[in-house]
Amino acid sequence: MSQYLSWGRLPRVAPAKVVPLSSREQLPDLAGMQGPVLAYGLGRSYGDSCLNEGGVLLATRGLSRFISFDEETGVLCCEAGTSLAEILETFVPRGWTLPVTPGTKFVTVGGAIANDVHGKNHHAAGTFGAHVRRLELLRSDGERTVCSPEEHCELFSATIGGLGLTGLVTWAEIGLRRTESPLIDAEYIRMRGLDEFFALTAESDGRFEFTVAWVDCLARGTDVGRGIFMRGNYADVPAPLAARRRSRLVVPFDAPSGLLNRHTVGAFNTLYYLKQWRRHTRKLVDPESFFYPLDGIRNWNRLYGRRGFFQYQCVVPLESGAPAMREILTRIARSGQASFLAVLKVFGDVPSPGMLSFPRAGVTLALDVPNKGSSTLALFESLDRVTAEAGGAVYPAKDARMSPMQFRESFPRLEEFSRHVDPNFSSSFWRRVSA
Amino acid sequence: MTPRPLRVAIFGATSGIAHAAGREWARDGAAFFLVGRHEAKLDGVARDLAVRGASAVRAWVGDLTDIRQHESMVDELLAGGPLDRALLAWGVLPDQAACEADPMLFAQQFTVNATSVLALAARLASVLESQRHGSVAVLGSVAGDRGRRSNYAYGAAKAAIDVFMAGLRARLRGTGAAAILVKPGFVRTPMTAHLPASPLVWEPEPVARAIVRAMDGPSRVLYAPFFWRYVMQGIRLLPEPIMQRVRF
Repeated sequence: MSQYLSWGRLPRVAPAKVVPLSSREQLPDLAGMQGPVLAYGLGRSYGDSCLNEGGVLLATRGLSRFISFDEETGVLCCEAGTSLAEILETFVPRGWTLPVTPGTKFVTVGGAIANDVHGKNHHAAGTFGAHVRRLELLRSDGERTVCSPEEHCELFSATIGGLGLTGLVTWAEIGLRRTESPLIDAEYIRMRGLDEFFALTAESDGRFEFTVAWVDCLARGTDVGRGIFMRGNYADVPAPLAARRRSRLVVPFDAPSGLLNRHTVGAFNTLYYLKQWRRHTRKLVDPESFFYPLDGIRNWNRLYGRRGFFQYQCVVPLESGAPAMREILTRIARSGQASFLAVLKVFGDVPSPGMLSFPRAGVTLALDVPNKGSSTLALFESLDRVTAEAGGAVYPAKDARMSPMQFRESFPRLEEFSRHVDPNFSSSFWRRVSA
Repeated sequence: MTPRPLRVAIFGATSGIAHAAGREWARDGAAFFLVGRHEAKLDGVARDLAVRGASAVRAWVGDLTDIRQHESMVDELLAGGPLDRALLAWGVLPDQAACEADPMLFAQQFTVNATSVLALAARLASVLESQRHGSVAVLGSVAGDRGRRSNYAYGAAKAAIDVFMAGLRARLRGTGAAAILVKPGFVRTPMTAHLPASPLVWEPEPVARAIVRAMDGPSRVLYAPFFWRYVMQGIRLLPEPIMQRVRF
């Protein structure tokens, strides 16, 4: 079986060939490959946007060198296969950290750019792409172009969030963020439903750099939308700077497919909710458990068994947000298919730099769903309709099944973007949604 | 007074394991002398180590298999001060079938993997011996533990390193200097990129950490990952008639 799968471990398709890249100076001729090419970093996209069935994958992890760092401005230049974990390891002890981080640090810089990822501070800092100063793009015609918001700005804007389709990013410059302490001064607040979620968000977003909520997607009836609201800032007390932590727990093989069912997950969710028996707690937490709670368990995706799992993430504009999100949560709860990982967050209105960037002002929901075949797909289609009617979007980085129409409706700048796609680049996702 | 930075020389510095070891040393502020053949690649490694905390990086571009260059290279290395750590990490994985078809190719690859490595190891051993301090590590291979049908051209060179390093350990005993023979198993590097994924294939980072740690201590043979010591003991015990029949 191919080791080049996506994080959801579906679809299980293989590339015809994998070309490992090891040196920025000696890159292969991208036009002379048999079949379309696509960069593959750490494979943390959930669906098929990092896959290229029958084509060529350029494995970018060998491009992981730092190129320069400016101690004054915090601008780091590094190769695109560098992981966020490697950046944190080197720079947190020196008082710098990532300006934006997704829920795992095991992604490459190239992947973070291609999906224009976001984090718990979207309302304050925007997307990852908003902190990319410059990048170099290698196109299949052999041309290397340095793009930034000032030079070749259209190609830059197509490449940020461009799903790897505009060419191979070889290096990028990112503005790191200064931090006195890596610790987070965090608050955890029990919330009973969506109204409380929106109220807490409105009250918190001005005062807290990080806000997000975990929601129990199996709770029904009056409990719909119950969960735990989390908010925090970097602590202002200098603390011992983080030592490196290696994950100790490993899921070494695929668990039986039925392990995560509505009873086990329902019990887990109820316990997790009740653990927050106080209305409000506040504590100093280390960044690993605040930002990357699941990174401590290697290959946790295997808990879903051989059939793999989907992640569904959508965003709906705030005006229509509350009723649409309530409808979405109700449909999910009724289906009983959700798993324990479900998060809600309100995106801010910092514009995303990419033509195909997913984050936009509105409320976003992300949840894991084990693959149960057609009933799971039917649930997603019903959620798609609610999202579309509310004028929302579905996130390609998490997707393995949305329709071409849903994709077009999610991304109004698609036509403009398509003009910048490299003719020799493609992905399983791209072929599926442009069919 | 802060201790002076560790002075580290890496020969074949762009190889996967060597670069990973360099990153370990760089975090603690080491001063580097890096040698490689390809200027742009060497520059990439030098910049990477500088960003990661190296206190100084010098790069020397040259062909290490050209033994006549070793003297001037080592002179330049020592002009920077005493040497604390030297890691010899260059080599190629020859195509066994091509080596069988062309004895000249075999001899040339043997020079790359063994003769040139040992010539430099000998030269550096004398430096460390007179300093009465420092350690030199050479990358051997588990392939040198037993000749095998599929890769004995490579294995023969690594076996030569094995015997030489055993002698060097004895020579340096009691001098304060150390000789480390590293025998990596399968490690994911550009050299092994074509091998399929397997639990036996390790990332270069843990192997590099083991090397850096071992070089702080006395002379020894380091299998990395450690379990290869037992795997290779088993393979060494296989009777010769069986070895003649297996194809691996």
